[in-house]
Amino acid sequence: MPPIRRSPTKAQIRREQALAAMTYPLDWLEERSGLVGGVRYFLMRKVPSDTNWMQTLGSASLTAFLVQAITGVILAMYYKPSPHDAYSSIQNITDHVFMGWLVRGMHKWGASVFIILMFLHMGRVFLFGAYKYPRELNWIVGVLILVLGLMEGFTGYLLPWDQTAYWASVVGINLNGTAPFLGPWLAQFLRSGQEISGDTLSRFYSLHMLVIPGGIIALITLHLYLVIRLGVTSPPWSKEAAGAEVSEEPAPLRSGLTRPVAHGSSGGRD
Amino acid sequence: MTPGPPDHGPSPTIWPLGFAVGIAVALVGLIINPEWIASIGAFIAIVFGFLWAREATSEMRRQVPVVRAEVREMTPAEAAALPPAAEGEAAMAPPQPGERFPRSRFLEGATLGLGGVIGGLVTVPVAGFALLPAFLDQKGHEVDMGPVSAYPIGKWFIGTFMVDPAEGEVSRRTAFIRNNGPVQNNVPSFTIISNRCAHLGCPVQANGPTGAILGEKNVTEHTKNGSILLRPVVPAGFGCPCHGGQYDTEGNRTAGPPVRALDRYAFDIKNGHLVLLSTYSVSHVVGSGGQAKIYKYKPAGPGQHVDGPEQWFYPLQPPHH
Repeated sequence: MPPIRRSPTKAQIRREQALAAMTYPLDWLEERSGLVGGVRYFLMRKVPSDTNWMQTLGSASLTAFLVQAITGVILAMYYKPSPHDAYSSIQNITDHVFMGWLVRGMHKWGASVFIILMFLHMGRVFLFGAYKYPRELNWIVGVLILVLGLMEGFTGYLLPWDQTAYWASVVGINLNGTAPFLGPWLAQFLRSGQEISGDTLSRFYSLHMLVIPGGIIALITLHLYLVIRLGVTSPPWSKEAAGAEVSEEPAPLRSGLTRPVAHGSSGGRD
Repeated sequence: MTPGPPDHGPSPTIWPLGFAVGIAVALVGLIINPEWIASIGAFIAIVFGFLWAREATSEMRRQVPVVRAEVREMTPAEAAALPPAAEGEAAMAPPQPGERFPRSRFLEGATLGLGGVIGGLVTVPVAGFALLPAFLDQKGHEVDMGPVSAYPIGKWFIGTFMVDPAEGEVSRRTAFIRNNGPVQNNVPSFTIISNRCAHLGCPVQANGPTGAILGEKNVTEHTKNGSILLRPVVPAGFGCPCHGGQYDTEGNRTAGPPVRALDRYAFDIKNGHLVLLSTYSVSHVVGSGGQAKIYKYKPAGPGQHVDGPEQWFYPLQPPHH
């Protein structure tokens, strides 16, 4: 007996039309850029089934960086990097601009959060052995991000232009100056001359909000690309990675950089 | 030898041990006898380091043996099955005349070359603009500190002044000033010590009573450098609040982390006024006041040694005024 095919009800037709209308913009974008597929690939890629909360520290660091970037851009709208105005503009942000105290506080405390999260993330990667072949390059990129993050801390510390900021920067710059051979030159570059001056402040401001963040963004992009390409590691205690629990499918062979297909990070698109 | 997986581990060697001994001797030598024992240690380290590097890289430097490709001779039957060379199509098209430098390669070279030239034209001035201004035109400032008569002989003052009033508060500096009175040939003598700590540049303070405690009044001199504040002080020495460096009244280090004595200002007397010139660095001072023998050096940043073997770490100072 042939199956009975009923014509769709009105409600079904309406639902389908609504769905098509909603996905139309996404389809339009996907057809012209492939971005939807790319984002889906990024977000829906397979990871080992036994990952744990420790492996969210990288995303947490990224989130902390984004908070710094956004709050920093907004602070730059009110901050004036000149020796006459810097301190008073910070007081203005804190005391008078609506919610300025909050955004400045987020930026100030978030800076420490960013650094702490990077160190925790680094510790996780170290303890999980996730820096080993083939992920050595990603460890190196991560270390560079950490160094740039610390430089952000150093250059940002001068910007409030109060006594603490001034003298801490004097000490920090002179510490750089004691490095053998090129130290005195590095210190003079940072100071923008022989003595601390207004130029030092604008220089630190430029480094803090343009040069170093640009470098961090570029390195984070490379870092994420390598994470996606090489896949997420299983924890060291993983039975699955050790091959103790054999799935129904025959275990695929390792070849080159790719991990077994069962771990879902073969590098190819699904 | 039985074939097996190649062993990539390093072969046992004694050179690193000798290298380590050399380094140890050099470090110990830096403390006991920098000239001889440290040099001997450095020599041992260099010799063993060279031998170590030579052995570690011997594998890489060995000549690569030439291996001929394996060739399989055709069996007579296979040879008979092939068409004679003169018949059939050519296996490869004959080379086109004039393709020694094809168009695609020219365009490739032109793109990279022009791109490089444009990149260089943009980068060189920008990099120069970013780096050089910090090193060029480092102008010195002369600071008029008021008439010499404002400085009674033998009294210390904490002088606070702006090096460049146009630049404002950021150019404010402090110096400890004492008029030593005239020395031989009636030449005036001043001890003018910069308050920049020789450790990391924090502001050194005078250890002793000032102003009201002494029952003396602060003096303000108005000169072309704006107002100069002179606070009388009786210092037992100078101390840094940051990391505890201590100095005596000649600026010699007496305790803490500083690597040398406090810097001093050169000075001049112009129209009866005390005028501060550039600073210079000092390793140590013997004696005191007008009779002091000051071991002068070119200005160096805080924390940088100007004497002893550690000065070798800072062979070239950036341009100073």
